[in-house]
Amino acid sequence: MVSKPPCFDEMLKEDGSPRAAYAAYHKWFAEQDSTHLKQKARDAEEFFRRTGITFAVYGEDEAEERLIPFDIIPRIVTSREWTKLSRGIEQRVRAINAFLQDIYHRQEIVRAGRLPVELLEKNDAFVSQMIGFTPPGGVYTHIVGIDLVRTGPDDFVVLEDNARTPSGVSYMLENRETMMNMFPELFSNIRVRNVSDYPKNLRASLSRVAPPACKGDPVVAVLTPGIHNSAYFEHAFLADQMGAELVEGQDIRIVDGRVAMRTTQGYQPIDVLYRRLDDDYLDPLIFRPDSVLGIPGIFDLYRAGRITIANAPGTGIADDKAIYSYMPDIVEFYTGEKPILKNVDTWRCSEKDSLAYVLEHLPELVVKEVHGSGGYGMLVGPAASKRELADFRAKLIAKPANYIAQPTLALSTIPVFANSGLAPRHVDLRPFVLVSPDKIDITPGGLTRVALRKGSLVVNSSQGGGTKDSWVIDDD
Amino acid sequence: MLGKTASGIFWLFRYLERAENIARLIETGHRFTLTRNSGRQDEWRSILAALGMDAAYRATHQDYNAAQVVDYLLRDKRNAGNLRNLIDSTRKNARTTRTAITRELWEAVNECWISVNDALKRQVREADLPATIDLIERQTAMVRGALENTMLRNDGYNFSRVGNFIERADSMARLLDVKYYVLLPSVSFVGSSLDNIQWETILRSTSAYSAYRWLYPGRASALGIAEFLILDRRFPRSLAFCYGKLTDNLRHLAMSYGAQSESLAEAERIYARFASRTAASILEDGLHEFLIEFLSQNRNLASLVEQEYRFNS
Repeated sequence: MVSKPPCFDEMLKEDGSPRAAYAAYHKWFAEQDSTHLKQKARDAEEFFRRTGITFAVYGEDEAEERLIPFDIIPRIVTSREWTKLSRGIEQRVRAINAFLQDIYHRQEIVRAGRLPVELLEKNDAFVSQMIGFTPPGGVYTHIVGIDLVRTGPDDFVVLEDNARTPSGVSYMLENRETMMNMFPELFSNIRVRNVSDYPKNLRASLSRVAPPACKGDPVVAVLTPGIHNSAYFEHAFLADQMGAELVEGQDIRIVDGRVAMRTTQGYQPIDVLYRRLDDDYLDPLIFRPDSVLGIPGIFDLYRAGRITIANAPGTGIADDKAIYSYMPDIVEFYTGEKPILKNVDTWRCSEKDSLAYVLEHLPELVVKEVHGSGGYGMLVGPAASKRELADFRAKLIAKPANYIAQPTLALSTIPVFANSGLAPRHVDLRPFVLVSPDKIDITPGGLTRVALRKGSLVVNSSQGGGTKDSWVIDDD
Repeated sequence: MLGKTASGIFWLFRYLERAENIARLIETGHRFTLTRNSGRQDEWRSILAALGMDAAYRATHQDYNAAQVVDYLLRDKRNAGNLRNLIDSTRKNARTTRTAITRELWEAVNECWISVNDALKRQVREADLPATIDLIERQTAMVRGALENTMLRNDGYNFSRVGNFIERADSMARLLDVKYYVLLPSVSFVGSSLDNIQWETILRSTSAYSAYRWLYPGRASALGIAEFLILDRRFPRSLAFCYGKLTDNLRHLAMSYGAQSESLAEAERIYARFASRTAASILEDGLHEFLIEFLSQNRNLASLVEQEYRFNS
């Protein structure tokens, strides 16, 4: 039996009957034999293991490869819901690019008094070398992932923008491959929008921002920190699917004023570099001098129009958690429209009154580090022990500007397939967005992450989260 | 193709070939242990010597006890070149060359790694040894099948073959060099029969046993075996066969890149010398000297390829 879901459940209504989006799937599911489904769930895991879809975890001595747990119950969104969502995402991404263009040029938003200048000047994610420079095609964030949560039938809320090097798209693609492999009959009967064009679109999108120095068909390469990086599988996967080379810093050298890769036939110039490396490591001449992962001198060539870097350096400022709370203003300022997607109410602990409120209500709140990611360094008030609360209180008092706080949201649930049957678990959604000079392309669906522990709100894979295939289906 | 990628594919197949050679040598050694009452320890010793591991083994072990040697070859942490590590390196190279190999080839390598790792988690009991060796041989054969059936015949394929045959020629020459004393005593009286066990061991450990029997039923002579393993172009592990393949693939590379190739010229020089030799002349001039020279030429070819195609710099 299904226990009554405590929050908005995307599959089942309070009376246990399915919502419209899940009607066809639920009917199919009810006809399945649970032993058969359990076997399928094991097959899916075996499929991931065999294809090597793993991420690396670093322990005491050696790296271990792990599978991200995969749940066979899909996340389903109707095309009506999706249309609204994608309009909101497109609006937000457009605003983020306009914001980046502005803050590295005239800073109108600061002049207009809508954003305090300290947020830029004192921010490590602000790259002063970008000032006055416009990347090819005016595109800053070629690839964006927007993290959304749902709190009700019509309420999608943006939890986080990922404007640096969002990961997870390979899971979106492989989850779908796995599902089609396991349950082909579902895809024959339900019209699920295709996601498999993503690599092709990514390549096309990157090709449209080739630098002035490019002659002919743009040469695209993916820059990875290397085989020991936790997302190496994804880097290799995307390079392979795009037909691009997968390079590391040591394969690259500057030859005749171009960033070039060492091939079996000598050095060949790269036109567009899709880097999966943080700004800090990109150019040791400008950022971290101790970085051996990057390419000394690449920044000068970038500014001289001899290579395109995607995403542009300095885009991290747009997904900074301190900036996040200003996003509704940012959207309105650059688009002249009301934001379609909501933001989570956010207290900036740098502000005195907010800090007082946060300290008073700590057990009810989620507190995040301004520069943190991956679910590290955060406090989930309702789930924290007295001691954890006390520790965090001390950190907040010591460095208030390092933190923001948000109410604990009633995240939606979707059932996972557990041994005992269907069990509701909290989920989020990360749609992937490609930005070109002339268009914004959003893959229908995205990556659904699910907190596998009952009641848990943390969906990050580094914290024991799993994933689901995410469907956008055509309305009847 | 990136130099690093070419290097990755080249080494992927060198390591795979090396792992297969170890499996085959263990199989032969074990068979020897089961069928002979004397000389068992010597046999394991010569196997270690053929792999260039004898000195390192002796530094940590007292004797050539079969279980110990087998564990040393398969999975002992003190032996960096153990089979498990080789399969691990094979997979690492496949991971770094994921953009240049087919999905089928990658999955075959990955599956090989998963099952060999499972099988070698604990020391292999003697009762399980034949099945384990069998598993390893099947899994590596699947990798080769995936390469043959799915890879584009492009530069990537050529690099895989070059790595494969340089490694194969190296291990064949090493094995012959360790065993050459078996062939030696009979050189003075050409045509005389060799000790059954010894020639059988050499042929088995090079997968040549049945092929040789088809060609020379009932006869095993030093000359015949040397001819077969060094010069016979029909036998896929002979030195001449390896160099036939090396010249083919290096020629392909030079043609597709439209450039002169130093490594091709060198491979052709080595290959041409096989045509001018007979087994009798090799044995007369000294098999050991011939093999030592060959090993050094083969190593030299490997580093020429590495430089010419910018594997590392």
